[in-house]
Amino acid sequence: MKRRNFLKACLIGGTTIALGKTNKGWASGSFEGYPEAMGVLVDTTRCIGCRSCEAACNKEQKLPEPDTSFDDPSVFQHDRRPTAKAYTVVNSYQKGQPSGPVYRKVQCNHCNEPACLTSCFVNAYTKTQEGAVIYNSKVCVGCRNCMIACPFNAPGYDYDSATNPVVKKCILCYDTRLKYGKPPACVEICPQEALTFGHRADLLKLAHERIRATPDRYVDHVYGEKEVGGTSWLYLAPVGFDKLGFDTTLSNDPIISNVKDFLGMVPMVLSIWPALFSGIHLLCKNQEHGEHGHDTDSNQEDTKP
Amino acid sequence: MKKMIQHGLAIVDSPYDDDGKKRTLVNKLLLGLTPSQYLLQAFRNPFNWILAAIFAVGIPILIGRFFFGLAWATSGSNDYPWGLFLGFGLFAMVPLSSSGFQLGTACEIFGRHDLEPIERLALLNGLLGYFFAVMYLLADLGQPWRLPYPMVVSFGPAAVLFLVAWHVATYLSVQVAEVSTAFFEWIGFPAGKRAVRKITLGLTVSGIILSTLHQGALGALFTYAPGKVHPLWYSSSFQWLHFFVSSLPGGLCMVITVSTIVAKTMAWRGDSRFHEKLDKVTVSLAKGACMGIATYITIKLIGIAHDNKWAYLDTGWGQWFMFEIIVGFMLPLTLMTYGVHTRKMAIVRMGAFMTVFGVVLNRVNTAMITFNWKLPHREIPPWREVIISLTIFATYIVVYRFILYRLPILYKWRRQEQEETVPEAVPAAALGRREASSVPVASYSSMTKLD
Repeated sequence: MKRRNFLKACLIGGTTIALGKTNKGWASGSFEGYPEAMGVLVDTTRCIGCRSCEAACNKEQKLPEPDTSFDDPSVFQHDRRPTAKAYTVVNSYQKGQPSGPVYRKVQCNHCNEPACLTSCFVNAYTKTQEGAVIYNSKVCVGCRNCMIACPFNAPGYDYDSATNPVVKKCILCYDTRLKYGKPPACVEICPQEALTFGHRADLLKLAHERIRATPDRYVDHVYGEKEVGGTSWLYLAPVGFDKLGFDTTLSNDPIISNVKDFLGMVPMVLSIWPALFSGIHLLCKNQEHGEHGHDTDSNQEDTKP
Repeated sequence: MKKMIQHGLAIVDSPYDDDGKKRTLVNKLLLGLTPSQYLLQAFRNPFNWILAAIFAVGIPILIGRFFFGLAWATSGSNDYPWGLFLGFGLFAMVPLSSSGFQLGTACEIFGRHDLEPIERLALLNGLLGYFFAVMYLLADLGQPWRLPYPMVVSFGPAAVLFLVAWHVATYLSVQVAEVSTAFFEWIGFPAGKRAVRKITLGLTVSGIILSTLHQGALGALFTYAPGKVHPLWYSSSFQWLHFFVSSLPGGLCMVITVSTIVAKTMAWRGDSRFHEKLDKVTVSLAKGACMGIATYITIKLIGIAHDNKWAYLDTGWGQWFMFEIIVGFMLPLTLMTYGVHTRKMAIVRMGAFMTVFGVVLNRVNTAMITFNWKLPHREIPPWREVIISLTIFATYIVVYRFILYRLPILYKWRRQEQEETVPEAVPAAALGRREASSVPVASYSSMTKLD
C-alpha cells in the first residue's frame, strides 16, 4: 500500500509538472506583436460608406450572395456585425449630426495577442508573422469559445451547416494575398484611400502624424494601438470612439491576462491537494484507532460465493 | 410499485431470490417482476406518461438538430454563442454534481462513516450530472464527433476549456470507477469491487483535485469575456473561486433535493438504514451547505468591494442580482440554519431546493441572461432549443431512476449468509407455489382487480 501511494504521488507529480509547464509557458509574459506584422489603418474621416470593401471581400472570399445588393443604403438603418456570410460590414454613426454621418468598417481586428487564439482548446488559431489571425477549420470542434472571448465580436459561425459548421471571420486575405505581400482586397478597392495597408509600426507613425498635422480633424487617439494589447487594424476618428460603436472600456492588457490568475493556480492545486488530502486522511485515521472502520455489512469481500 | 409490494412482491435486494436461487440478470433488470407486471407498473405511473409526451415531441427534434444544423434548432446567434444547452445544461448541471467528490471526501478521507447511507447517492448524482452535462455539450457542439480532438489531435494547453475538457473526461472515468462498486455488487462480480475499493483513496483524492480545478475552470471561462459578463457577475480575480465555492452548497443541496424526492417517490427502494438515517444525514449535509453558502455570500461581496462595483447595485441589473443572492442564497441560508437548529426537516429541505434554484439561476445569469449586457437586445431561446433541453433533462431523470431502481444505491445488497436463513422461515406451501412461476406471491390478475 505504501509503495503504491508513493508511485501514485510520483505519477501525479509528474503530470503536474508536465501540465504546469505548458500552462505557464503559454500564459506568462506579454507579447507585443511580431515586428514585421502588417496592418491596416482606417481613417473614418475619409470613409464615404460606399461599401465597395464589403463587395470586394465577398468576391475575394467567395462568400454567398448578400440579401440586398452592396449599393443598398438601407442597411445603414441598423448596426450590423460580421457574420459567417459577411466578414466585414460598414456601419453608419452620428446620422443626425450636422457634420454628417461617420462610417466605420468592422471586421476582425487581428489582435497582437488574440483572445480567440488563447481561448481555443484545439489551437485552431494562428497569429502569423505577417500579422493575420488565421483559423484551421480542420480541427475546430465548434465550442464557440472564441466567439465568447472576442472583445470585438468578430467571429461568425455558420450555424446553417449541419455537417461541417466552422467559424468564419476576416483572415486579412492571408491565403490569397497577404502571404504574397499583397494588400487585402478591401484595402485595394477603397476609392477614398480610407484604408492604408502597411507595417503596423509604420501605420502607427502615420496615424499620429495625421493627428499632429490636422488636430481639428481627429480626436487624439489611435484605436487599436493599445486596446487589448494592440491590434493590427488601427482606427482614426473625428469624434469620440464611443460614439462610433467602439468599446472604449477595454483594458490595454490582452484578454489572456485576465485568465492568468486561474491558470497559475492550476499547477499549485495539482501539486498541493494530493499531499494535503492524503495527509488529512492519515490524520483522521490515526485518531480513530481503527475503531470506526468501514462498515462491512455490504462488503462482498467477506462473502465470496 | 408500491401497490405490488403491498401485495407481497419481494423487492430485489440480494443476489438470490426467496428460494435461495441465484437471480438472473433479466430478473434483476425487471426488478423481480414478470415482463407483463413490469409493463403494468410502468403504464400505471402517471409520471411515465409525462415523460412519454416529452420524448414523443423531443426526440424527433433532437434528431432533427443533427440533420438540419444548429440554426434550425437553436437561436444560432453570433452574439450569444452559448445558449440553453451550455448556459443551463453544462454550467448548471456541473455545480449540482459536485456532491460526488464532497461526500467521497467526507466518507473516505475524513472518515465520516455516518454519512455512508447517502454516499452512493451522492456519487451517482455526481456521475449522472457530469454525464448529462456532456450530453448537453454534444448537442451544442458544432461538430460533436470531434469532441476527442483536444485529447488526441490538436492541443491548446493555454485555454481554460482545454483544462475543462481534460478534467471532465478524467473525472468522469474516476466517477465511473467510484460508482462501479455498486454495479459490481449488483451483477455479482466481487473481484471487481475489491479492485476498485483498493484504489478508493486515490480515486477520491483525484476527484477533489479535478473537481476543484474544473468547477473553478468553468468560472474562469468567463474571464475571457471581461466586458461581456455583467460586472456584478464577473470578477477577474475571484471568478473561479465564486464558481467553485457556490458549487459546494449546490452539490450538497442537490443531494438533499434528490434524496427527498426518492424517499417520497420510491420509498420501497430505500432500505431501513436509508430511511432511518436520512434526516440525520440531511442535517449534516445542510450544515455543510450553510457553511458553503455563508462563505459564498462573503466572497461574492468581497468581489464587489474589491472592484468597487457597489454603484451597479442601484440599477435594474442590480435588483436582479439582489434577487438572485437573496432568494437563492441568503434566504436558504437562514431557512437551513433555522431548520437545522430546530430540527424542522421540511424547512431544511425547502432551503435546499432554493439553494439549487439559486445556483442554477447564478449560472444561467452569468452565461445567458446578463451576458452581453451592453448589447441592446436579449436572446430568448427559441422553442426547439427549449424542447431539446427538456428532452435531455427528461432522459437524465429516466436514467437516474432506472439506476436507483436497480443498483444498491439507496439500499444495501444483502449478504449470502443472511439469505440462507430466509428460506427456512418461508412456509413450504408458498415455496412450492413460487417455484412454479417466477411471480412472487401476488399475481397479475389479483392486482388488477384490487386496483
